[in-house]
Amino acid sequence: MPAPAAVPPPENAVVRWIEERLPIFGFVKHHLRDYPTPRNLNYLWNFGSIAGVMLVVMIVTGVLLAMQYTANVNMAFDSVERIMRDVNYGWLLRYLHMNGGSFFFIAVYIHLFRGLYYGSYKAPREILWWLGLIILLLMMATAFMGYVLPWGQMSYWAATVITNLFSAIPWVGDSIVTWLWGGFSVDNPTLNRFYALHYLLPFVIFAVVFVHLWALHTVKSNNPLGVEPKGKQDTIPFHPYYTAKDFFGFGMFFIVYLGVVFFAPNLFSEPDNYIQANPMVTPPHIVPEWYFLPYYAILRSIPDKLLGVIAMFGSILVLFVLPWLDRSPIKSGRFRPIFKQLFWLFVVDCVVLGWVGKNSPDAILRISDTVGVPFLVIGRIATAYYFGHLLVLLPLIAAIEKPKPLPDSISAASGGKG
Amino acid sequence: MADQAAKTEAPGETRRDFLYLATATVGAAGVAAALWPFIDSMNPAADIRALSSTEVDLAPVAVGQRITVKWQGKPIFIDHRPEDEIKRARDDDNADLRDPQKDADRVKKAEWLVMVGICTHLGCIPGGQKPTDPRGDWGGWFCPCHGSVYDTSGRIRKGPAPRNLAIPPYEFTADKMIKIG
Repeated sequence: MPAPAAVPPPENAVVRWIEERLPIFGFVKHHLRDYPTPRNLNYLWNFGSIAGVMLVVMIVTGVLLAMQYTANVNMAFDSVERIMRDVNYGWLLRYLHMNGGSFFFIAVYIHLFRGLYYGSYKAPREILWWLGLIILLLMMATAFMGYVLPWGQMSYWAATVITNLFSAIPWVGDSIVTWLWGGFSVDNPTLNRFYALHYLLPFVIFAVVFVHLWALHTVKSNNPLGVEPKGKQDTIPFHPYYTAKDFFGFGMFFIVYLGVVFFAPNLFSEPDNYIQANPMVTPPHIVPEWYFLPYYAILRSIPDKLLGVIAMFGSILVLFVLPWLDRSPIKSGRFRPIFKQLFWLFVVDCVVLGWVGKNSPDAILRISDTVGVPFLVIGRIATAYYFGHLLVLLPLIAAIEKPKPLPDSISAASGGKG
Repeated sequence: MADQAAKTEAPGETRRDFLYLATATVGAAGVAAALWPFIDSMNPAADIRALSSTEVDLAPVAVGQRITVKWQGKPIFIDHRPEDEIKRARDDDNADLRDPQKDADRVKKAEWLVMVGICTHLGCIPGGQKPTDPRGDWGGWFCPCHGSVYDTSGRIRKGPAPRNLAIPPYEFTADKMIKIG
């Protein structure tokens, strides 16, 4: 982090003694209290801190679960059931952790789409954006490996399908898959290493979150107008204004999260995962967790194995070059009439991809008794739009769109003196 | 020697630069070599590599019956093919196949088809072993995960899988007895 601005020496002698050796009080004051934040942030700006809180919830519940869990193919499934039935509040820890994964993704996806709408990836925030995408990729790896640990049918087949994605790599693919497995199929060595990595990666995420915040505090927060603050009149200190607002957001988010934990704890899970893993039988309908469904639909919509895998990973990797695909100097979608409408089409497209991913590969959407559209066709159109939007439409809109006039400053837009 | 070095070396390019470069190269090679045991530790261990072979008695398998046995932790499909299945497979030998292979090259005895029952797309177990399973348009196997369809020779006909179902190493030890592996 950049060196905090010089602060007057603290009055308390102990605080001063510490501060002279490690300027931690100045650091906290600089980054958590005085941090100048645009005065016009809306509630969509709550989801970054909500995601941060979910990371903490996941680490705390995860460490406690790790004290009860056994990573062995013969015992893993039963150890999870033991957590559910015998461990004091084990059901609560597991349901918090299991649904916490889903709600972590909900927070992060809202955070990501907020960034897409308000152009938060544009200069000078490109590295901030990359760090966010790196966190997303790490989260996906962590969530996938965590899903394998209960060793149910969905766990096992998710592990098999996802590790097999690497067999698409020409020449060395099969050797890489054997190396990932530590055997000739998904088995005990695979479960053990997934457990080790599932425990490690959240701390890596924690570190990248720290760097993400470092970048944020260097370039400062974007805001709904996309007009950078021009002076003190455009910002307010983070504390107490945004600490209060963030805590209100935590409360609202937790009402929904805990509502699911207590009243619909298996809402996001597949019944088949309560059947112990059986390497001899693939369940007739395997689906990933909801937060992976759009990528799964992209994978399945392409008939070639290698190209399917490339498209699936490409759907996230393409976001890394977004700052150079969307060359419009206007950040906020509010002032971009064409971008704004296509943004919502893109959101709908992602939901459609998720819906296609949820359905069986040979399913048909029945419109009437005689007319039906195969989901494969819908998936192909949605995949084409996903990449078309990012690679073709965004550069095109930036070139032809006539943006609405921007306000002079944040305070001018809210009626104050600019 | 020192005079010669001074003459041949361009300004800024000294013997010391060469030594730095050589040291760094040796160091990098050393680090790479030291890294290998770490990477290789994740490869299959000796107990997993020490694979047993599996013997299967085919006598109880009726014509038209498909059974699954386990070998190296993987399912092996054994299909006691009836005449019509064999004919259907051989009629398609010259069809437009993604991974062209003659049916005769995929079996040791025409009525016994022995394959690794793992979809070559992403590793699911295709359905079709039970008579009640959907077997796809070619009467072979159908993978529920991503919709790959295999014919009665286990060749890929439709869907995302790139290759035919693999044939494991096996031999007939008796008329109705095979040893896989």
